Order: sequence, then structure tokens, then C-alpha cells
Amino acid sequence: MKKLRLLSLAVAMMLSVCMLAGCSNSAQTSEAFKLGGIGPLTGDAAIYGNAAMNGAQIAVDEINAKGGIQFEFNPQDDVNVAETAVNAYNSLKDWGMQILVGTVTTTPCISVSAEAYADRIFALTPSASSSDVTAGKDNMFQMCFTDPNQGLSSADYMAENLAGKTVAIIYRNDDAYSQGIRDAFAAEAEVKGIEIVYEGTFTADTQTDFSVQVAAAQNAGAEIVYLPIYYTPASVILTQANAINYKPIFFGVDGMDGILTAEGFDASLAEDVMLLTPFSATLEDETNQNFVAEYQKRHNEVPNQFAADGYDCIYAIYNALTAAECTPDMSAEEICDKLIATFTSSDFSFTGLTGNDMTWSADGSIAKAPMAFIIKDGQYVLP
Amino acid sequence: MTFFLSCLISGISLGSVYAIIALGYTMVYGIAKMLNFAHGDVIMVGGYVCYCALNYLGLPSLVSVLLAMAACTALGILIEGLAYKPLRQAGSLAVLITAIGVSYFLQNAAQLIWGATPKTFTSVVHIELPQTLTNVGVSSEALVTVLVCVVIMVGLTLFINKSKLGKAMRACSEDKGAAQLMGINVNRTISVTFAIGSALAAVAGVLLCSSFPILQPTTGSMPGIKAFTAAVFGGIGSIPGAFLGGILLGIIESLAKGYISTDLANAIVFAVLIVVLLVRPAGLLGKYVPEKV
Amino acid sequence: MLRKFKSLKKTARTDFFTYLGVVVAFIVMFALQQAGALSSSVSSWLVPICCFIVMAVSLNLTVGILGELSLGHAGFMSVGAFSGVIAAMSLSEAIPFAPLRLALAILVGALFAALTGVVVGVPVLRLRGDYLAIVTLAFGQIIKDLINCLLVGYDSNGLHIIFNLSKLTIEDLHMDETGIAIIKGAQGATGIEKLATFPAGFILVMLTLVIVLNMVRSRTGRAVMAIRDNRIAAESVGINITKYKLIAFITSAALAGAAGALYGLNYGSLVSSRFDFNTSILVLVYVVLGGLGNIWGSIVAATVLYVLPEALREFQDYRMLAYAVVLILVMLATNNDRLKALLGRLLPRRKEEKDRG
Repeated sequence: MKKLRLLSLAVAMMLSVCMLAGCSNSAQTSEAFKLGGIGPLTGDAAIYGNAAMNGAQIAVDEINAKGGIQFEFNPQDDVNVAETAVNAYNSLKDWGMQILVGTVTTTPCISVSAEAYADRIFALTPSASSSDVTAGKDNMFQMCFTDPNQGLSSADYMAENLAGKTVAIIYRNDDAYSQGIRDAFAAEAEVKGIEIVYEGTFTADTQTDFSVQVAAAQNAGAEIVYLPIYYTPASVILTQANAINYKPIFFGVDGMDGILTAEGFDASLAEDVMLLTPFSATLEDETNQNFVAEYQKRHNEVPNQFAADGYDCIYAIYNALTAAECTPDMSAEEICDKLIATFTSSDFSFTGLTGNDMTWSADGSIAKAPMAFIIKDGQYVLP
Repeated sequence: MTFFLSCLISGISLGSVYAIIALGYTMVYGIAKMLNFAHGDVIMVGGYVCYCALNYLGLPSLVSVLLAMAACTALGILIEGLAYKPLRQAGSLAVLITAIGVSYFLQNAAQLIWGATPKTFTSVVHIELPQTLTNVGVSSEALVTVLVCVVIMVGLTLFINKSKLGKAMRACSEDKGAAQLMGINVNRTISVTFAIGSALAAVAGVLLCSSFPILQPTTGSMPGIKAFTAAVFGGIGSIPGAFLGGILLGIIESLAKGYISTDLANAIVFAVLIVVLLVRPAGLLGKYVPEKV
Repeated sequence: MLRKFKSLKKTARTDFFTYLGVVVAFIVMFALQQAGALSSSVSSWLVPICCFIVMAVSLNLTVGILGELSLGHAGFMSVGAFSGVIAAMSLSEAIPFAPLRLALAILVGALFAALTGVVVGVPVLRLRGDYLAIVTLAFGQIIKDLINCLLVGYDSNGLHIIFNLSKLTIEDLHMDETGIAIIKGAQGATGIEKLATFPAGFILVMLTLVIVLNMVRSRTGRAVMAIRDNRIAAESVGINITKYKLIAFITSAALAGAAGALYGLNYGSLVSSRFDFNTSILVLVYVVLGGLGNIWGSIVAATVLYVLPEALREFQDYRMLAYAVVLILVMLATNNDRLKALLGRLLPRRKEEKDRG
């Protein structure tokens, strides 16, 4: 019986290996750049990976339709696990990847960037925002703000515009993004004399119930609730605060973008929420609206900031490839060197959905200004 | 004081959701003697069905809940028939692994059907509570959850103790062979148990999502584990035990979050469970069965 | 020679083939890797496969040989991974020779996991069946949450460790300028030097096999299996239940810790949520599919099931769905009498096997 069990396993294995072999020698064209993408396409972080990869796919299709430089884009799943991300990376390498767009989430990105650094493959992450991602790797660049940058800007903004109010923070402490912003915010708050009266945490396991944290913030008398978290848990916090008639100023960061369009969410609860974000699906800009319309057409939902970051990544790479006069027959290493030189050169700047005239420094981080918005009547308006 | 009260109330409301899920776990365990790890995912499916009925078909709340129950009942019977029934004679671990396979299947199928983006669930409860109650943190969802939980608990106890089918269930859980000799259709009894358990899962899913309005493919997994813990805590196989275990677990979790540390709330819940099991190895209300030598 | 081999007991022959299989597989894969014939994805699987083989074999000791269902095996892996990473990173100045540092890290990982094994095992092994399962599950969760609260750094003054409940950050360790942050709470460890290699993985697998197989075939192993088969009978012939249960449980924990250390030193970053309930379940799946108590079965199952989701990448979105279906089908095919009979007719050799066994 045991033998039979192993035999059936072996058969499953053979089948899958055959399929692997059958598919691996597809389309060996040299006219197109091979772009690999890595992000969580399944599992509990799938929302971010899918958004970024879908956004990138739209950009790739637009560019390919234009003629000129052609891209072949291959998004792979990492389930938000470092090990799977490295496996995905290697499988992309076997496919012949020349440039990497990814990975979407921070922890896998740190592992993958170490590999990409060793292999000299240029990598641009849409949204892995920790400074550990780029530390010590000259070929790793970010499209999003770094976490410290956001925490700092939030504290500065509060010190300037909401001075003297007490703050409660609710953040997710098993997430490098949330923890990173919170740490920078707390440090800067001390400098600026902002009083933090309560800090509540949650983890992936407990991100559906915040009744205790919200009640504690209310109990501590916080006038501002700072939410350096993604919009999904934030929508629960807003709902539960409303249920107990607690109405402080809610202050979010770029992860908050998307809250107005969250399916089924009562957008009126987000009235007067403030947030710092580089992207908004409701801005009246032409490129922005085209992108939003195309995304809605394909995926039947409004794109969030991750999708915009993914979209921008492709265009930034496209611009840099054009500027550096790269051709698809170059090796990954040649492309990598040229792109590093281009991205860090002083005359390369990029204007996309998530900012104007963005530039990169040699450490791989991006310089762009976050915009503060306030939600009024279901629209982002400048305060 | 108000803070303590609001912690307590949110604990009871969380606990009653755990309790409803734990009731399903306990029933299935009591009869089929299997840990049905896919139970949490049936909850998720229940949530999605109700969500679709409410938002896409525009059905009234009560009809949507009934639809979710019907769908989950069918799903439960289907899972049992396809995946568990062929393994009736196999070891309990084989069934456990199959249940895990079913759980993966449901989660990934849900992601393909409904997408990974979380949906914000619209509450099915539409009751206006007086201001005095909402001020101390009582939400209408919490109230309904607790009421439903008590009703289900009492109903199940009566069903198990009084009805003929309930008697058959108890017989099957004591000794399947003897039950069969007495003319009880064991297979059918187990199927019915799964059907009831899955219908309860649908109710739990709808109430879970009404109180904590995030619906995504992994929604059911953590409450599933917690409810399993609750069932063991109260003594697995015992219906009042599942109820008590669920409520206590919710209260402990809430108070730990409020007064000790939000980081360690889960750890504290599990630590309490361990201590309880060391003192009472069969759980709070579990029957200690001495071993026959 | 051949006659002598035939006169060996069946178990000894099975063990021999297990060792032989592992060595041959290693030589083939290593030669292919050195010759550059392996694709980069296949070579990146080698170390984690070794880790999961060790995990599966060690869990088999608890579940298959001792007969206690453990749902928290990943917790020990986690302890081993983090303590191993701490050891490797803080010794990077003192011991520049990487393989030695790796060996020490694995040893430290095994040691700490064994200690955890004692802490968990002494109270827990009094429970039985599903109650034991739920408590091991609970311990896995607790270990995960506790590691989430750890802040660890290393500088010229030595190790700095804080158990962080009051929202401290890595700055609060007050390290001097030589300081490196090793564990930053829930963000986990970053900047880990990749020390793990395939030969190291192979040596660990061999060591595990030597330990487990020798133990199983020894007096201790027979006592453990006697407890599994009938606890009361074992007790009545004078076997010290607690002692033998603990020996098996702690060995299993230590091996999981060693596997964790190797795993942790194979990637640039490490978070404790990697070692959650799902990972424990994953390893349990390897053990059950490989066959309870069947060591070489665990090895094969761990390898195949590790490769399966990776090989299914071509299915894109349907990847995990396909994995789930395969899992259910394999369980049904191997445990259902009717299907077994059907397959049995296709494979007449099996009958012969059964007659012998």
C-alpha cells in the first residue's frame, strides 16, 4: 500500500515535470525584452501582488501596441514567502529574464534582491518599501516611498497642520511596511512634540477585529488616529469606530488609498479621513483616467496604488531602456549596468501616475513628494 | 470601567461567533471522529454566497442567509460524499490530510471565483439600538450574534437529546458498529451531521462577516483554528462545552488585547488553553473516559 | 557478499537502500550542479528540499514512530532558524570560515529547539490524541508570537536582546557603531549571509537518517514503538513511558531545529510568520503521504511534494488548486479499498510484496 502511495506520487511528479519540460521551450524571441514579475498572486497578500502585476500588464500591453521596444512579461507567484519568491526568481531566470519587476512585498523582496544582486539582474520593485530592500545593492530600485520617509512626512504634516492634538496609532506589527512607518513616525513625533497616547498593534491573524484597539484609543482620548496600514483593515477600523460613535480624525498613508472603492464599503464612513498618497484613482488627469478606465475594463475593479506603482515601474524601465539605448539581445548584466547608470544619472527623471519628475538616488530610493488629501463627499480634495 | 465593559462586550460577541463555529466542529468530531479542517473554509463560502445574494441579486437579508445555508449544506454533503466517505475505513490521519486538501481547494477556488481583493461585507442586521447601549459598545450585530448562538445551542441540545435522528447520532458517536447492528444507517447519519454542521458554518460565516466586515478567501482559516481551540477547550464532542469554550475564548482574547498586549493576545489565549488542558485533560465540560485495560 | 546481504533482516536492507538512495541522489544532483546542467530553479530547490526532508523524517519520529499527532512542528523549526541565524550573524567576525560557522549555527539551532522541546514536551506529553494535537498547535502559535516580540542585535560588546512589549525599536538596544540588527521584532531577520549549501544539506540529511534509523532500530526505538502500539501493555512490562516519549519528542525537536537553522541561512530574510500552522501542516502532509513510520517514504514524499507546486507554475492561477486536487486524489487513491483493488490488478507485483510483508 505504501508502495502504491509513493507510486501515485511519482506519477504526479512525472506528469508535472513533463508539463514543465513541454512549456519551457516556448517563444524564444529576441526582439522583446524579457521582464519577470514576482508578487503574491495567491494567499492572504494576493490583493497587492495581483494589483501590481495587473497594472504592469496594462503598461506592457500599451507599450507593445505602440511598436518600438517590445516587452514579454511573465508574472510569477510568491505567496508572500521569501523561499517561494527565490524559487520564482530562479524559474524566471531559467526563462531568460533580463529585468525584474518586483517583488511586491518587502520580506520576499529582501531575499530576492540579494539573489538579483549576485546575478546582476536589474530590479525595480513597485511597492517593497523597507530600506532593507535596497541596502547595499546598487541594482535594486524602488518605485514607492521608503517607509521612514512616509512616517516622517506624516509627523511633519501633523505638527504643522494639526498641532497640539493627541495621537493614537494602530499598526500591524508583523508587517515591515506598517512597522517601518510607525517607527519613523514615533521618532519624529518625539522631536516635534506630538503626544502619542495609545499604540495598538495587530497581526495578519487578528486583522479582522479592532473593537478593543478602537475602544482603547477612544478611552485614551486620542483626537487623531494614525493608521499606517492598508485600506482593508482600515475599513474595519472605520466601521467599528463608527459603531461606537467614536469620531476622531483618521490619518492614513499611501496604503489607505483604495478605501473609497473597496467593494461593499460604505464610503460615507471615510468622510474627512486624511491621507498622504502619491496616487489617487479619482484625480482628473488624463493618463490617470485612461489607466483607471482600462483597469476597470479588464478587472472590473478600481485600481489602487499598487496597480499604479506596477504600471509606473514598466514605464520607468521603458524610458530608461530608451534613454540607455538598450536592445533585447543584450545580456541581463549589460542591461543592468546601463539601467543603473541611467536611473542614477542626474538628467533622468520620470513622470508617471504616482508623481511628477521623480528621480532616484544611488541607494535605490525614489524622491517624490507625497500629497496630502482629505476625503470630502467621496472625493479626494486638497485640504 | 466603560473600557472594561466594552472589552467584555466585544469579547462576548467574538466568542459567540467562535461558539457557533465550534458547535459545527464538535458535532462533526463527535460522530465522524475527524478534525474537519475544511470547516473554516465552508464558513468563508457561506459568507461569499450571502454577499453575492445581497449585493448582486439584491435579495433581502433573511433570504440571503437562508440561501447561504442551503448552499453550504449542499457543499457539506458534497464534500463529505466525495472526499470523506471513501475514507471511512482509513486511518484518522488520512482523513485529516484530505480535509486539509479540501481546505486548500476551497480557498483557491474562492480566489478564482471571487478574486483576492477583500470585499466589505454589508451587515445583515438592521436593528437600531438605543443610544445608551451603543455608548457602552454594544452593537446590534453583537446582540444578534449572541442571541443566535444561544438559540442554536439550545436547539441543538434538544435535537440531539430528543429527536430520533439525534439519538442515532449519539449512538453512532458511541459505537458505529453497534449502531449499525441496531439498524441505524451510519452513513446517512454522518451525512446529516455534515449537513447540519455546514449549515451552522454558513450562519457563522454571515455573522462573522457582519461583525468583522472583511470577506476574503482566507477569512475562515483563523476563526476556524480558534473555534477548533474553543471546541477542545470546552471538551470536544460536548455541545454546551463548545458554547462555553467559544465564549470564554472570546472574552480572554478581548481582555488580553485590552489590558496586557495586543501583540500577545493570541499567545495568551493559547497559553490559557494549555493550562486548562493540563488541569482538565478532557476540556472544561468534556467527559473523562477511563481507559479499559 | 550477496548471500550475506540477503541474510540481513528486512529492516536492515530497507535502511541500507535508504542510505544508498540518498547518497546516489546526492552524487547525481551534485555532479549535475557542478557540471552546470541544472537549471537555476532546480538548484535553488536543493537546500530547502534537504531542510524539508529533515523536517519530515523528524516529524515522522513523533507521528509515525511515537504515534502522537503534532501540529506544531514548524515552531521548533522557527526556534532553530532564529537561534541559528543569531549564532551565524554574531560569529561572523570570530569565525570567518563559513562551513564551520554554518555547522555551529546548526548545532545552536538544534540545541535551542531541543530546549524548547523539553519545555513543551514535559507538560504536553501527558495528554493524548487530539488534545495533544491542539496543544502542539497552540505552542506553534505561541512560539511565533513570542519571536515577533524579540529584538536582537550584536555589537562589539556582545549580544543585545530585548523582549519587546512596549513598542521599542531596534534603536533602543543602544548598540555602538559596530552594531548589526539581527532580529527586528515581527519584521524578522534581514541581511542574513547565505551560508547554506547543498553538501551541507546532504550531510544534515545523512546525520538525521543515522540518528533516526539507529534510534528506531535500537532498544529505545522498540520501547517507543511499544508505547505507540499499546501504552498500557508497555507500561506493564516496565517501560518508562515519560522517559521514552520525551527522548523521541526532543530528538524530533532538535532535528527540526537543525533543519530550521539550515533553512534560515539559505535566504536573505526570515520572518516568523513563515513557520506558522500551515508549515506544520505541510510537513505533516509529507509524513502521512510518505507513510507513517516509513522513513524513506518521508524522504520521497517531501521531495516530490516540494517540487510539485513549483512544477505546477505553468498553471499560473490554478497552481494551488491543482496542488489541492492532487493531494485529495492521492489520499483517495491510496486509502480507498475499491480504488486500491483496481490499481492492484494493474500492478500484479504488489501482491507478491504483500505476501512477503
